[in-house]
Amino acid sequence: MLGWEFPPFISGGLGTACYGLTRAMDQLDMEVMFVLPKMVESKYATHVKLLTPGSHKSTSFLKFDELKNVQFHAINSSLLPYTTPETYQQKIEETLRLKQEMFGGSVSSASQLFMSKDYSGDMYTEIHRYAALAAELAEDERFDIVHAHDWMTYPAGIAVAAISGRPLVVHVHSTEFDRSGEHVNQMIYDIEREGMHRADKVVAVSHFTRNLVISRYGVSGDKVEVVYNGVERSGKWLMDDTVIDKDEKIVLFLGRITMQKGPEYFLQAAKKVLEVIDNVKFVMAGSGDMMHRAIEMAAGLGIGHKVLFTGFLRGEDVQKIYKMADLYVMPSVSEPFGIAPLEALDNDVPVIISKQSGVSEVLTHALKVDFWDVNEIANKIVAVLKYPPLQMTLRSHGNFEVRRLRWKDAAAKCKKIYEEMLIPV
Amino acid sequence: MPSVCFYFQVHQPVRLRHYTVFDKNDHYFDDNKNGSICRKVANKCYLPANRLLLDMIRRFDGRFRISYSVTGLLLEQLERYSPEVMSTFDALAETGCVEFLAETYYHSLSFLYSRNEFVEQINKHIEAINYFFGQKPKLFRNTELIYNNDLACLIESMGCFDAIITEGADHILGYRSPNFVYQPKGCNHLKLLLKNYSLSDDIAFRFSNRDWAQWPLTAEKFAQWVSNVNGNGNVVNLFMDYETFGEHQWEDTGIFNFMRHLPGEVLKHPDNNFKTPSEVIQSYGSADEVDVPHIISWADTERDLSAWLGNAMQSNAIHELYRIEKKIKSTKDEKIIADWRKLQTSDHFYYMCTKYFADGDVHKYFNPYDSPYDSYINFMNVLDHLHKRCSVETDDGALGSASGIENLPDLQPVE
Repeated sequence: MLGWEFPPFISGGLGTACYGLTRAMDQLDMEVMFVLPKMVESKYATHVKLLTPGSHKSTSFLKFDELKNVQFHAINSSLLPYTTPETYQQKIEETLRLKQEMFGGSVSSASQLFMSKDYSGDMYTEIHRYAALAAELAEDERFDIVHAHDWMTYPAGIAVAAISGRPLVVHVHSTEFDRSGEHVNQMIYDIEREGMHRADKVVAVSHFTRNLVISRYGVSGDKVEVVYNGVERSGKWLMDDTVIDKDEKIVLFLGRITMQKGPEYFLQAAKKVLEVIDNVKFVMAGSGDMMHRAIEMAAGLGIGHKVLFTGFLRGEDVQKIYKMADLYVMPSVSEPFGIAPLEALDNDVPVIISKQSGVSEVLTHALKVDFWDVNEIANKIVAVLKYPPLQMTLRSHGNFEVRRLRWKDAAAKCKKIYEEMLIPV
Repeated sequence: MPSVCFYFQVHQPVRLRHYTVFDKNDHYFDDNKNGSICRKVANKCYLPANRLLLDMIRRFDGRFRISYSVTGLLLEQLERYSPEVMSTFDALAETGCVEFLAETYYHSLSFLYSRNEFVEQINKHIEAINYFFGQKPKLFRNTELIYNNDLACLIESMGCFDAIITEGADHILGYRSPNFVYQPKGCNHLKLLLKNYSLSDDIAFRFSNRDWAQWPLTAEKFAQWVSNVNGNGNVVNLFMDYETFGEHQWEDTGIFNFMRHLPGEVLKHPDNNFKTPSEVIQSYGSADEVDVPHIISWADTERDLSAWLGNAMQSNAIHELYRIEKKIKSTKDEKIIADWRKLQTSDHFYYMCTKYFADGDVHKYFNPYDSPYDSYINFMNVLDHLHKRCSVETDDGALGSASGIENLPDLQPVE
């Protein structure tokens, strides 16, 4: 299995999903070899010190000991003997030149572009280096299926499958259309498209995403399966130690503050809510390329004093913010799945989710809105804050419903897909 | 010699329009949707069924007899959107073979929350039936056949009814059969007719079910089942929604053909006949007393109130609704009172039911909302606005611009 990130060093839902899926596969006694890149320096320093073979046992958060059948490989270029530093440098320079031609601009502007995706700096190089090294690794390892998560690992998946002659599954957690709307990055689109077309099976996280894969990438429908994500139950009941004395209601936005997540709709709805109710605060937890614009927008709408920005939260801070929140709102413009609402429900927070999300296919006990329908978002926020029975019913039914969405089912479905692929035709 | 007693429930709610907390308009109902649904159901069900039954009554020269309960809300809507249905009902009334029953005009659950309101709505319905069909109803049926001993006593005390109708639920009958006339506990002269749910549901629910061992159900087979009651009962009470014909069971299932042949098949047996509910209670004395201390209904398998009052949203909405009764009535504003009463229709609370929501079943089919939560939000927004309107009336506009929950201490204050 080829991945890009893994908890606790994550920037979004992908790492969480990979963790949940592999853990469940482990419990089903499936052997998983998880290959992660070791990324070069970036402003997200946390990505770097990641999972060198000796260190991951000590990261207590993960409890890797639980994962009996999962093996981790962190690829670290400088340790790999297949190439001399000189040739590697040449390679990098070559790709950089290539990219310069592609974008007709300087390297810095190109890398800025990548920075805006919230992942680390020179991604294109990383991806191909990762592919080359993964292919190298594949020669020494035995496995039946190659399973690649999201576009960054598709080239690696293709290479490994070609070398080993094993069937390739690509797992689409998100597409370029979700992240960038209509302003797609052509290079990423091409990588995604090639990965999907070369794959023997494409796994989409929702029918919403499956439709995109078919209509935007021209992949034949009978090749694309839907496997819904699950949610990892926190199992912690912190209720008592965080009884926050508050006379203000808290409405939470949690996610990357990027175009995809619809922060501006959240703020416009907040403005409308405040016309009707006063004792409410809106918390935006997360970071992203639209953060500054969001702050300015809040000020511009005259609700700056009612909107709090927390920056990127992880671990216990996330738990804490859930315990404080009365309502979680996900106004995503395009959301392949959306694990966060499940986590919110798991933490007894009722949710409003956009209909343009995969998670709305699996949740019935949630309020659903069109992301652009600011009036309706505000209407529903007000209703939840105003009518305790609504909050109560959503919470109790929602929490119950979430317990049925398990990674075990996702892993089982993947297993079935693998088995079908391994039947000789 | 079993008599077959048909009673059809005919009802359509007045559905609310999408109403947000930002709406300030006092028009709450979706005229367009109500009109189109009313016309659609009229064309698929009311018109063809009325014509068919009228035809059967004429063909059997008065030996085929039936009864209806048509809610006041539907009468209003039919007059407005589909007057031709009214004229076919009128023609049915003219035959003398059709009896009209009384219920709450607004198809409400008022019995459970306000006895005054309950009696007022029954009287309003009696007036309407008398006005349209020239009959004074002698039998009462409560919304969704909700029933208990108290209801029977209240109905008897009104002095104008001979009998009451409810579900022949197993747990109230025990070993007894629904095929007799009974007497409610605590009543002197009032009688009780009980639905034979098994035979009724064979038509209303199972008719088109291909997994059912008895499918396809023919008139001949069904008449045989009715005749089997011979010697073990006086009456087979077949009570069902009128929308069974053409709406719940589509025309292509053969439901109309079934009904066309049923009277002939039933009457083939010389001991069988058809009677209206009033004729049934005149013909047969009561076999026993039935004690129903706890409330029953004809809904779902539970036969209880959980479809309308099963979750916190439902009970909150209905409590808030009846809590403002005095305030509403003290405005003496007919429009406000009528709006408030239209909100009492049981369907509004049925839409908020979360019982089978996740499994997606019949509850969904009749639900104009995407989810029970949406229906609750919409209902509460309307109720909130209605409440503000009567504050405006009583305080001479002092709270005219009131918005925001702080100004409405009566209506679910935020904790």
